[in-house]
Order: sequence, then structure tokens, then C-alpha cells
Amino acid sequence: MTQPAETLAKQLALVIDLNVCVGCHACVTSCKQWNTSGSAGPLADLNAYGAEPNGTFFNRVQTWEAGEYPQADTIHFPKSCLHCEDPPCVPVCPTGASYKRKEDGIVLVDYDRCIGCKYCAWACPYGARELDESRQVMTKCTLCVDRIYDEKLAPEDRKPACVKACPTNARLFGDVKDPDSEVSKAIRERGGYSLMPEWGTQPANQYLPRLVREAQEF
Amino acid sequence: MHPAWSVILFTVLAGLGQGLFVMLVRASDSGIAPHLLGMAGLASTVLLCVGLACSFLHLGHPLRAWRAVAMWRTSWLSREVIVLPLTIAVVAAWSLAQLAGWAHAQWLGLLGVALCFVLWVCTGMIYACIRFLREWAHPLTLVNFVLLGWMSGATLFAALGELLPGFSANPLWLSAATALTVAGACARLASLGRNRMLKPVSTPQSALGVRAAKLKQMSQGATGGSFNTREFFHGKSALVVRNVRWIALGLAFALPLALLVAARYQPGAGLVALAALSQVLGLLAERWLFFAQANHPQNIYYQAVA
Amino acid sequence: MNHADPVRITSALDAGNTVKTTTCYMCACRCGIKVHVREGEVRYIEGNPEHPLNQGVICAKGSAGIMKQVSPARLTQPLMRKPGSERGAGEFEAISWDRALDMLTERLAKIRNTDPKKFAMFTGRDQMQALTGLFARQFGTPNYAAHGGFCSVNMAAGMIYTIGGSFWEFGGPDLDRARLFVMIGTAEDHHSNPLKIAISKFKRGGGRFISINPVRTGYSAIADEWIPIKPGTDGALFMALLHEVIANDQIDHAFLKRYTNAPQLVVEDDGERQGLFAFDPAAGPPGDGRNPHNKLVWDKASGKVMAAYPAGIAEGCDPALEGRYTLADGTRVVPSFQLLRERVADCTPEWAATITGIPAARIKALAREMGDTAFKQAFEMPIPWTDAWGKQHPTTIGRPVAFHAMRGLAAHSNGFQTVRALAVLMSVLGTIDAPGGFRHKAPYPRHIVPNYRAFSAPEMIKPNTPLNAAPLGFPASPDELAINPDGSPIRIDHAFSWEHPLSAHGMMHNVITNAVKGDPYRIDTLMIFMANMAWNSTMNTMAVREMLNRKDEKGEHLIPFLVVCDAFQSEMTAFADLVLPDTTYLERHDVMSMLDRPISEFDGPVDSVRIPVVPPKGECRPFQEVLIELASRLKFPVFTNEEGGRKFRDYPDFIVNFEPQPGIGFLMGWRGTDGGSHLRGLPNPRQWEMYEKNNCVFRYPMPENMHYMRNWNRAYLDFAKDKGWRQRNDPIQLALYSDTLQSFRLAAQGKSPGRRPPEALRERIVTYFDPLPFWYAPLEQAATDTAAYPLAAITQRPMAMYHAWDSQNAWLRQIHSHNTLQVNPVTAHAAGIADGGWCWVESQWGKVRCIARHSEAVEPGTVWTWNAIGKASGAWQLEPGADESRKGFLLNHLISEELPLAGQPGHTISNSDPITGQAGWYDVRVRIRPAAPEEPEESFPQVAAVPSPPGVAGRAAGVLAYFAGKRK
Ligand SMILES: Nc1nc2c(c(=O)[nH]1)N[C@H]1C(S)=C(S)[C@@H](COP(=O)(O)OP(=O)(O)OC[C@H]3O[C@@H](n4cnc5c(=O)[nH]c(N)nc54)[C@H](O)[C@@H]3O)O[C@H]1N2
Ligand SMILES: Nc1nc2c(c(=O)[nH]1)N[C@H]1C(S)=C(S)[C@@H](COP(=O)(O)OP(=O)(O)OC[C@H]3O[C@@H](n4cnc5c(=O)[nH]c(N)nc54)[C@H](O)[C@@H]3O)O[C@H]1N2
Ligand code: SF4
Ligand code: SF4
Ligand code: SF4
Ligand code: SF4
Ligand code: SF4
Ligand SMILES: [Mo]
Repeated sequence: MTQPAETLAKQLALVIDLNVCVGCHACVTSCKQWNTSGSAGPLADLNAYGAEPNGTFFNRVQTWEAGEYPQADTIHFPKSCLHCEDPPCVPVCPTGASYKRKEDGIVLVDYDRCIGCKYCAWACPYGARELDESRQVMTKCTLCVDRIYDEKLAPEDRKPACVKACPTNARLFGDVKDPDSEVSKAIRERGGYSLMPEWGTQPANQYLPRLVREAQEF
Repeated sequence: MHPAWSVILFTVLAGLGQGLFVMLVRASDSGIAPHLLGMAGLASTVLLCVGLACSFLHLGHPLRAWRAVAMWRTSWLSREVIVLPLTIAVVAAWSLAQLAGWAHAQWLGLLGVALCFVLWVCTGMIYACIRFLREWAHPLTLVNFVLLGWMSGATLFAALGELLPGFSANPLWLSAATALTVAGACARLASLGRNRMLKPVSTPQSALGVRAAKLKQMSQGATGGSFNTREFFHGKSALVVRNVRWIALGLAFALPLALLVAARYQPGAGLVALAALSQVLGLLAERWLFFAQANHPQNIYYQAVA
Repeated sequence: MNHADPVRITSALDAGNTVKTTTCYMCACRCGIKVHVREGEVRYIEGNPEHPLNQGVICAKGSAGIMKQVSPARLTQPLMRKPGSERGAGEFEAISWDRALDMLTERLAKIRNTDPKKFAMFTGRDQMQALTGLFARQFGTPNYAAHGGFCSVNMAAGMIYTIGGSFWEFGGPDLDRARLFVMIGTAEDHHSNPLKIAISKFKRGGGRFISINPVRTGYSAIADEWIPIKPGTDGALFMALLHEVIANDQIDHAFLKRYTNAPQLVVEDDGERQGLFAFDPAAGPPGDGRNPHNKLVWDKASGKVMAAYPAGIAEGCDPALEGRYTLADGTRVVPSFQLLRERVADCTPEWAATITGIPAARIKALAREMGDTAFKQAFEMPIPWTDAWGKQHPTTIGRPVAFHAMRGLAAHSNGFQTVRALAVLMSVLGTIDAPGGFRHKAPYPRHIVPNYRAFSAPEMIKPNTPLNAAPLGFPASPDELAINPDGSPIRIDHAFSWEHPLSAHGMMHNVITNAVKGDPYRIDTLMIFMANMAWNSTMNTMAVREMLNRKDEKGEHLIPFLVVCDAFQSEMTAFADLVLPDTTYLERHDVMSMLDRPISEFDGPVDSVRIPVVPPKGECRPFQEVLIELASRLKFPVFTNEEGGRKFRDYPDFIVNFEPQPGIGFLMGWRGTDGGSHLRGLPNPRQWEMYEKNNCVFRYPMPENMHYMRNWNRAYLDFAKDKGWRQRNDPIQLALYSDTLQSFRLAAQGKSPGRRPPEALRERIVTYFDPLPFWYAPLEQAATDTAAYPLAAITQRPMAMYHAWDSQNAWLRQIHSHNTLQVNPVTAHAAGIADGGWCWVESQWGKVRCIARHSEAVEPGTVWTWNAIGKASGAWQLEPGADESRKGFLLNHLISEELPLAGQPGHTISNSDPITGQAGWYDVRVRIRPAAPEEPEESFPQVAAVPSPPGVAGRAAGVLAYFAGKRK
């Protein structure tokens, strides 16, 4: 049942630099506004003005604490679909609505085909998929496929909304299979790593670790 | 995981229907009147259909359900979606054939039994194939789906024998139900035991790629929760889960066993029917537990609301 | 398998969109944005890459601007309180604008005709004080201020009185060139996106980032080192750092001698000049901090006293920084730096360690690191410049240690002196307007003291007459206080009185309490614009809400008429007699003006505008238009032409044609009839168009020789005077020693002639108006049993929320629908409070019940929560059970707006810095205990929900699924 993943020549992805992410959530709401009025939308919000408001977001920023006072670190941790190279969410989909594009490795959902069975979400170890409660279809980060290839946009705008928004430039975007790309270099030079490597999903998105610079001696 | 009633009902009722059908076919040459077999077969069909309806309720877009046949090459869910209607069709056909006294019903019966087993495998594999849901990703999951469905069907069949004149109250059926219940109990206890020993493979450390010994989530980025906090959490306290476990074990196995044994000494007192009822209720609890106990690694990312 | 093509779908949807540039106002950072509109609805808001401030990036709030447009809480009609209903009950009837304006005009005309000070106008987070201030001044009332007094006036005043500029929008750290960045008491700040851009570049460039803060959130999270500190103790840390750098001789002697008042001689003899700078009478009258520069130094080279300028800085002179000297007339004098040296002598790291909780060794190492970075990593930039005295400097020296600080220092009642200590530390390291250090932004630096005198005498307030001075200013001496002959305050907020002499931004936090007390008098009409004084921007919230509705024995409201201009149904609108519905930022014209708070960059002045992108909702009207309408109806001189008619058609017309000085207007770009003269020139009727065509921003990059050392940079000083940014072109010597403060102390000691504070305040002024920085415990501590209330309680800005502005924002409120109290686990365990459990937080003033979270990222003596997340039930069109009101809470309930006046039993005084009147938000002391199991799991206090006023859009159905324009 688990065949080895097909190796694609191109794999677009995000690389998130935890060394500079300040947890501002710009990537969260810029993603929401871009996608809600685009091909992936509308993205519903439940109890928008009531108790426990919650809605469909493709990207969330979490906060964690590492260590103990006073050596405590605060870590802001953005997470969206990692566009796994061996995505367990795809083969389980009974309708083929969930698919991984051969041309660039983006994992997408075809909303017209999705029956809302949620099985793909069960099969994603990262919790990266969210069912839109209003449309009852599965949604997830599209890597802004409808920006990056839209020739009506200026070339410099053909980037994911979250990448353009991020004030600290903590979100790098590019082809991780191209050794000369910004993302590949960052992964190489900054020790990029995968989340939950234990499941062999080979996430295309990688994270760059915190660095600590000590005081210089003179 | 969040136990969804649609899925619980589906797996319990369809499993019951499958189990009953398997028993009916097995008993078809034991002298039970064909029209009785046919009627029971229709009951099995109804159970499967109710199960199917429940599974539809689980879908966001039931009207598009037909699309789910597309990916049978990779998806166990797709396979299930194909096998389930086939099974229903064959079970129904067999039942009608029995009613009509059609001669070649036997072949249909065998095909139906095979489909029932395939359906159990498909259903079981839907869960067992998710490799990081470690409570599920084990052959015992398959064994359980097969055994528990069959067991409940066997008990129901035995109950029919007890309740309906003309359904021979053959002690063999009682023995079959008892044996399957024992087997089911063993298998389920084995999986519960295994689950208890499981150590999570994924940890906050591996989920974040941060090595610190102490790692605590302060915010999951959404204080009002999200799909992720609904779909993958049962939302109940450990106490509730523990209680459900005892209820499941008691109602699905312990009480039916006791009743089945007692029924040998008190035939015709309705004890078997009681056992069947208890078992179905117990299996509803068992399925709830099956979901609730599955600890999805995504939950590491969704522990804190603030 | 063929799949739907998302690229085609979106591209088709977006085909007919229009894109307009304007300026974001989801917060006061004011980034450039591009707003995409589809079929009249906002489709997408992105950062404008052509904008100098945000360079294309945007933040969480800016990206959620769409939800502000569709907010159910939008007010859309003028509202009048239902006759007979209680204030605060929120019962309104809609009225027409005509009626609203008639009513207001009549009322205001009557006040202006009789006693203009009975009209008080206070504004919140707006950035249009040039217009609101002009309105108040033309009205003739002194009772005007914006929110700065409760925000960060300590930061502004503390640094402006020391170095002529400040953090905030007036200057900042040069992170492009710094190697060490020390951030103190900052969570998010106003310069939000630019700071994020800069910090990330700085870190990637290999710089080292230290954060000093009791709490580690946001920016501090990515600091290389977090130094936890006890709240309110930074002054002690800075004094110890000064002790160390001076002891290690890691100070910039040449800089101190030439560019600061460190060598200037202070009179030591008892008398009216004691503690003031000695001066040369032949060169003019004694200075008052503002002028003239006729002070003296001791030249070590010649062994003589000489004029500080230009003689003292001439080639061959070597002004002494230490020693004690005698003038020819026998006056004993001392270089002010000697006094500083003596002041910090006892401020050892060991002393500071006990106060701050930072180990002495860490303080020593920090001082070393600062000194090493400033001096051993110093560099020269090949930028020649000429100083104010004609000396040509072939290069510009970089001191790559940059600081940034904000309300962590400001929002304490010892904040002014703490900020002074920081500014002095920065000065001795030579990092003022230096590459890699602190840099000013035009129109700063200002004179020390800035040449803005507030009105100072009751006679200046006359019926039907504009005030002959600004309502706000920077007092340079007791003569510039706004007091009556008996020393009592003239202003309703007591600003510029002996209680808080240097309250340069007013004291909005005391307006309601004072007005209700009738102290110093009763007012008639209070107008509040863009401030939520019934909830999160007031201290003592529940009592203030009660006061807003309090009546006298005759049943008259103590605040007879309350006008609120807001865009949303806030907690404040419920208390209004008249509600004026404002537009949102995407619906109106606005200016970020050099006359006000521009968005300048280090390299030159920048101003910008907002241009409407979508039409106003309902009957909303921009407040600017309302002010101009009222000003015209009331026939304020500036708004009336010779024939007595209306002078300005509308706000855009006013912006183009109003000139406070010839050639200077609200906007500096594209002036001149043809748009060809920038900064200064004739009004240009097409100025708005030019802004519109140019990304709504005007940027004037100054030549490189004016980028640094602007306090003393000849070319810059001349240029700035020419462009009207400053009245004179003389240099701005850093005031390490503040003779301005000393002048108040002398008055309190009765040593100087002239105004003298009332007896009750004398000791207070003598104590706090110390010409040298010093640390004292925040005033609230003296009024608190610190054994009973051992913990400090503070708030942080959440990056994804702006005060109350965003609570109704369907996207942002999902990120923070409620807040919790963050407590160090050690502290929580000691109190028996579980992680996630409900607890009580009590101060001596009030108590709240809330949810506690254990956090390792907070100093054990401190508890904190996000600011302004808690909401009153029913406000903002949130459902009564919304998380904000049921689980969220406001720390403000624990904070008092008044403290007992030390040594004066029965008297109270504002809970503020004794010098500037800055609200002491972060001084409160609390204790915590678990809530009892039987108590409701609900925050305390709760308020009754108010009904929906007419005209609000109202709550959306259960599911909101925003999609701009028609669905696919
Ligand atoms: N405990 C605690 N309290 C604090 C602070 C703290 O740190 N801790 N910080 C203090 C500080 S520094 C500040 S500045 C204050 C801020 O407090 P406020 O100045 O009161 O700010 P808000 O409550 O966000 O906004 C005021 C009002 O502006 C309205 N508004 C928004 N947009 C528009 C518009 O376009 N037009 C009009 N007319 N109205 C609009 C909002 O609806 C709201 O009612 O809070 C202070 N309060
Ligand atoms: N997203 C967002 N941005 C905002 C605002 C907002 O509400 N939301 N508000 C705007 C406004 S009005 C203002 S005034 C600015 C304020 O900008 P900041 O000054 O950055 O805001 P605060 O959250 O008050 O930050 C105070 C910081 O000081 C720390 N602190 C408190 N006491 C002490 C102390 O004694 N010593 C030290 N070293 N640190 C201390 C607190 O832990 C906190 O981290 O932000 C502006 N920007
Ligand atoms: S992160 Fe999850 S949803 Fe995304 S590709 Fe991997 S498994 Fe699929
Ligand atoms: S929810 Fe949709 S995308 Fe996911 S598995 Fe089911 S059909 Fe496929
Ligand atoms: S790439 Fe696009 S869809 Fe994915 S998180 Fe970023 S903005 Fe959202
Ligand atoms: S926008 Fe950038 S800095 Fe902000 S939370 Fe997202 S990744 Fe982090
Ligand atoms: S920082 Fe403020 S002005 Fe800039 S985009 Fe964010 S909300 Fe808008
Ligand atoms: Mo503020």
C-alpha cells in the first residue's frame, strides 16, 4: 500500500526561519484574506462574533516555551501544509480530490471533487488540513498556487501571500530540488530540518533553527 | 480522535449485518425454512443499508459520494465504498433468492460471505493503514473488525434461534456465538493491552524539531479552537474514557458471555436476545473507545487554547 | 485525472479588480498599502513595496482590514441618548446630521461665548492632533489633549528634555549599522513593521540582540539573550551601567566635551542660581534650558574659565569634566559631569542587583559589552560634515550599540528619570545620532527644551477668542506652567500644574475623575474622539463608568454633555449623549503631517496621506469634516474668510490651503502652484492628486551630510530652520544635567523668585525634579503594603490585536478571543494555582477573576496578560457569551487613577509620574489566589450587556464566509 514516493524534479516549498519569526501572525491573516476571496474560498468562520470563534485557516502560528526560567526560550512556530514529498494524505483520498502535482509537488485539494470525508486529515500527522465547515470540503495551504503562476500578477508578486506579508522575511519560498535556490541554500547553510521525520513523509517545507550569538570577547 | 456517531453506528450496524449474514449462509443447509432465512437476510440487508446511510451522514457532500469509487487503487476507503454496495446487493439478492426459493442461492451466499469478509478488511484497513495512528496501525485492528462484527452477528443469529419458532435453537449456534465472543474479547483485550504499552513515537521535540527537555505549548494560535481541536480530540476526561472502557468490555463481552452460558441452562428465556442487545450496545461503546483512544500525533500541535 | 485549475479560477475572479494605494490604519504605524477592490468590496490588502516604511510587508492587523470594513459594530448614523435613559445603558435613537450639528453648534457657541474652558476635548489613538489641537485653540479652551499622557509621554519627554529627540516616532535604533542591540521594555511598539524588518536584518547580519524585560514575548523571543528584570527597576540598572562605564572609562570624552553639557559649570553656592549653570552676563540673560548658550567651562589647557561656546570647544581647549573650580567672582562651580560621576558612585552593580534581580556580574558584563561595542567596534563612515561651530569633520564616527525602549520604562511613575538615565547612558557612549546608535527623524531633534510654550495664565482664556498659545507644550521653567495665581491648576486634567509640571501630552487619564469632582471646576461638554475611556484606556474602569453617569443632587450629570466620535460601538459609545459615527481608514482622507506625527525615516522627512478606497458606510462622516464644519459654523478666525463666510470647503481643501506659516502646510510634498517645490512652498491645488499618483507618500531623502549628528550639524540645522521645522538654527547640546528640572526644584525650595508650588507639593518637587537622573521606587509602592501585595502586574501588546480596535474583527479575535494571566510556575505553585485554573488577582484597589497559565518566560515576581483583550458584554456587537467578556479580563480594574498624596492625609493625586503626568500603568502590585471550586468559571467583574444601537450593521449569522464580490 505504501509505495515509495515518486521523485519529482521540482518541489516548491516554504522554509520557515525560527531564528527571526516574532510570532506576529501576519502570515496567518494575509493567507486568510488572499484565499477567502480566491479559488480556495470562501473560508468560513463559525461564531464569528460569539463564543469560541473558529474558522478555516491554512496557516497558524503557535507559541511554545522551551526550557525553564530564566533559561526559557519563547518559540513562535508557524505551521501550514508541508507539501510532503510522500504525502500520506493523498493515497487515502477515495475520490482523488487530494492530489500532488507532478509539475511542482504542490499538494492540493480539488474542492469540486471532495466529498468531505475527512480521511485525508486523519492521514496527515501534522494537522495541516482543515475542513471548511460551511462548504464541507477539505482545505489546506495551496502554496498560493493561484498567485505564483498567475501571469497577470507582476513577477515580484508571484509569491505566496504569507511570504510577501512576513515582516521579518522568516518565510522563504522556492524549489527545494534546485540546489541553487534560496531555500536550498538556506537549508544547507542553516541546518534546515523536517518536522516529525519519524514518519517518513519527507515534508518539503523545512524549518531553520534558532541561533544564539554570544557576547564577543575583546 | 473524535468519535463520530455516524462512523460508530456504521461500523457497528454494518458489522452486525455482515456477521448475521455469514451465520445465515452457514446455517442455510441446517434445515431452517428458506423464507425465514430470507427474512433474516433482509434484516441483514437493512442493517447494512442503515450503516451505509450513517456513513453518508459522515460526509460533507453525501451527493458526491459516488466519486469515492475513483481511487480504489490506493485508498481503502474507496475500496470500502465499492465493496459495501456490492455486499448489500449480494446479501439482498441472496435473501430474495431464499424467499423465492431460487436454487442457485448457495453461490450467491458464498459470494456474499466473501464480500462480508472483504468489507471487514476494507473497514479495518481504513484505520489500520494510518501508520502513525499507532493504536490502529496493527493487524489486531483488522482482526477486531472481523471478529467483533462476526461475533455480534453470531449472537444475534443465536438470539433469532431463541426467539423465532422455526429457527432451530441449535446449541451449535450458541457455541459459535460463545466462541466468537471469547475470541473477540481476547483480541480486543490484546489490542487494549498493546495500546497501553505504546509509547508515543512523536513528541513535542520531534514535532517542532527543538531539543529542549521541557517544551510546552502556550498557544495554538487560535483561542476559540479549530477543526483540529474538534476532529482529533474526544474532548472527554480520562475518567469518562475509563468508564466507557469498562462499559464496553462489560456490555460487549462479559455480560453476553455470562448470558450465553446461562442460556444453555435456561433456554428460551430470552437470555440470548439480551446478550445480543448488550453486545450491540457494548460495541457502540467499544467503537467510541476505539476512536477516543487513538492518539493522533497532530494533537501535539493542539494542546493549549490560550 | 483533470482537476479544476485554481490559477484560472482566481485569475478570472480578479480580472476586473481595481487597486488603489493608501495608508493603513489598523494601527498607528501607518504602513503603505495597496487595496484590491472587487465589485465594490475589499478583496485583498497588501503592503506597498514602494512605501519606505513597510517596504511591501504587512502585519496581521493590516491583513485583517477587510473584517474591519464588514464589522457588525460599525456605527452608521448619528445617535442621541434616549431621553430618560441612563448613560451607559446604551439606549439611543438615530438622528440626522443636521440635527446633531445644530445641537452641537448651539451648545458649543454658548460655551465659547461664556467660558470656553467648559468645553473639553480629548482624543485617543488618532494621529491628527495638528487639526484637533487647532480646533481647541481656535475655540479658546485649554482643555485639550491627546492620549499621549497615558501612553508614553515619559519616553517622549525624558529623552526630548535630554537629547532633543526620542524613541517612538521621533527617532530609533540604527540597526543597519549596529552590532549590539539592547531592547528594553518593548513588546510591539508603534514602529511595528519597520522594527520587525530591521531586527530580522540585524540578526541575519550577525548582530547580537539583548532584551531586558520581565517577560519574554514577541521581539524578545528572538533575542540572543533575555535578561529578566523586576518591573520599575530599570533606572537602577542604568545607574549601575553608568557607574560601570564611567569606572571603566568606557565613555566618549571628546563627544561629551563638545556636544553635551557635561563640562558646563554648575553653581554650587546656595542661592537662587544654585544648581543652575553659571553664565556670562555679558553674553545675555541667564539661560532657561532653552537659551541662550552663554554657559561656562573650565579649560584645563589654560587653567581658565571660558565661554562654553565657541571658546570652550575651540582647537587647543580642553574643558574639564571633573574637579571643582571657583569663578572670578568667587562662585564655587563644578562641571556637571563631576556631579554625575558623584551621583553614580554609589550605584554599584551590587546595589542594582538587589533592586533589579539581575546578578551583579551580569550587570558588569553588560556594561563591558556596551562599552566594548561602542568603542572597540567603532567605525568611521566616509561622510564629511561640518558642525555648528564650523569645524569640518572628515568622517562620521559610528558607535554600533543601539538601544530601544518603550512603555516598559515609560509606564512607571519613575519613568521620566529612568528614561533620562537611559538617555544619559546613551550619551556617554556617544551614540546620539551616530551611525549604529540612536538616530533622529525629522522634524527632530528639537531644542532642549522644545520651543513650544503652552498657555500659562488664566487671563489667556477669553470668551469668543482663540487661545494665544498652544494648549500643549514643553515647559522650560515654572513660568510656563498653566496655573492660577494661587498655584492651582487651570486645566481640567491638572496638566502643566505643580502636580505634574512637564505633562507635555496632557493627562487624559484624569479628565473624567476631575470633571466629576469639579476639580478645579465643572465643565459643560466633554468631547471624546477615538478613545475608549469607559474600558481599556482608563484606569479604575468600573468606578470611571459609574462616574460617567454620576449626577448631582439636582439630578444633573456632573459631566453635563458627552460627545463621542467613534467608528464602532465601543464600551465608550454607550455613555455618550451624542454619538458621531466616523468613517474607517479606507473611507476617508487623512494626513500624516510634519505638523503632527509624520512617518519620517532616519534619512529624511516623510509624510503621507490616506485616500478613500471605498465609500463611507451609511451616514458615516469623517471627524475631520465634522470639525471643519463646526469650526466654520462657530466662525473660528482661521476657518472664516474676510467676508465672514466659510473658508474651507472641506477637509481636503483645508489640507491644501491652510498655512500656519507662509509656505508651510499640513503636507510638505509637491507644494508650489505647479507642485515643484517640496517641503516649503505655495499651496498646490493639485497636491492630493500628486500624493495619489505617488503611492500616497512623500519622501525627501536628505543629502548624506545631513544624515547624522544633526544636533550639531550646521548644514542640517540651517536646512531645518529654513524648512520651518525649528525656529532657530543653533545646536542642541545634550542635557546630561537638566537645569530645567533644577529651576522647578529651586522654586519649590523657595530659592528662586517668582512662582512657588503650594506647600503640599513642595517636597515632592524637590525630590523628583533632580537635575541628574536617579532611581526611586515607583510611587505606588510607597502607598502599598508590598508584603501583602508582593507581585507586579503588567500587560503586553499582542502583535495581532490593537487595543479595543480589533475586538470585533472576526479574524483577529480568533487569535486572541480571551486572555489569561501568565504566572511563573514557581509563583503559581506557591499560591496553589493550577495551570489553566481560575484565580483571583487582587490589588489594593480592585480585583479580577481570570484564568491562570503557568509560564517559564516571566520573571517570578511578575504576572502579566495581554492588553485590552477583555471586553464588556454586548459591546462591539459581540454576543453576550463571547469569550472576550466571559473568559477575557481587563487588568485595568486593578489599577487606580489616583494615589494618596504622600504626606497629605486625605488628599489624592494622579497615579502618574510626578514630573510628566505619565500614567503609572505598570506600577500596580497584586496578590493571587485560586478561585474556589464552587465559583462560576467566568471572569470578574461582569457588566450588564447593552442593547444594539440603531444603525449598527448587527451580528452576522452564525457562519461568516467572506468572499469579495459575487461568488464564482
Ligand atoms: N492595562 C493597560 N491599559 C492600557 C495600556 C496598557 O498597557 N495596559 N495602554 C494604554 C495606552 S498606551 C493607550 S495608547 C491606550 C489606548 O486606548 P484607546 O486610545 O482607548 O484605544 P482603543 O481602545 O483601541 O481605541 C479607541 C477607540 O477608537 C475607535 N476607533 C477605531 N478606529 C476609529 C476611527 O477610524 N475613527 C474613530 N472615530 N474611532 C475609531 C475604537 O472603536 C475605540 O473605541 O490604552 C491604555 N490602556
Ligand atoms: N499590535 C499592537 N501594536 C501596538 C499597540 C497594540 O495595542 N497592538 N499599541 C500601540 C501603542 S498605543 C503603544 S503606546 C505602543 C506600546 O508599545 P510597547 O511599549 O512595546 O508596548 P507594551 O506592551 O506596553 O510593552 C511594554 C513592555 O515592557 C515590559 N515591561 C513592563 N514593565 C517593565 C519594566 O519595568 N522594565 C522593563 N524593562 N520592561 C517592562 C512589558 O513586559 C512589555 O514587554 O504599541 C503600539 N503598537
Ligand atoms: S503536511 Fe499533511 S496535508 Fe500536507 S502534504 Fe503532508 S501529510 Fe499532506
Ligand atoms: S475529505 Fe475530500 S480530500 Fe479529503 S479524503 Fe475525503 S474526499 Fe479526499
Ligand atoms: S502559501 Fe499561501 S496558502 Fe499556504 S500558508 Fe502561505 S499564504 Fe497560505
Ligand atoms: S509573518 Fe513571519 S514573523 Fe510573523 S508569524 Fe508569520 S513567519 Fe513569523
Ligand atoms: S503595522 Fe499597523 S499600519 Fe502597518 S500594516 Fe500593520 S496595522 Fe497597518
Ligand atoms: Mo499608547
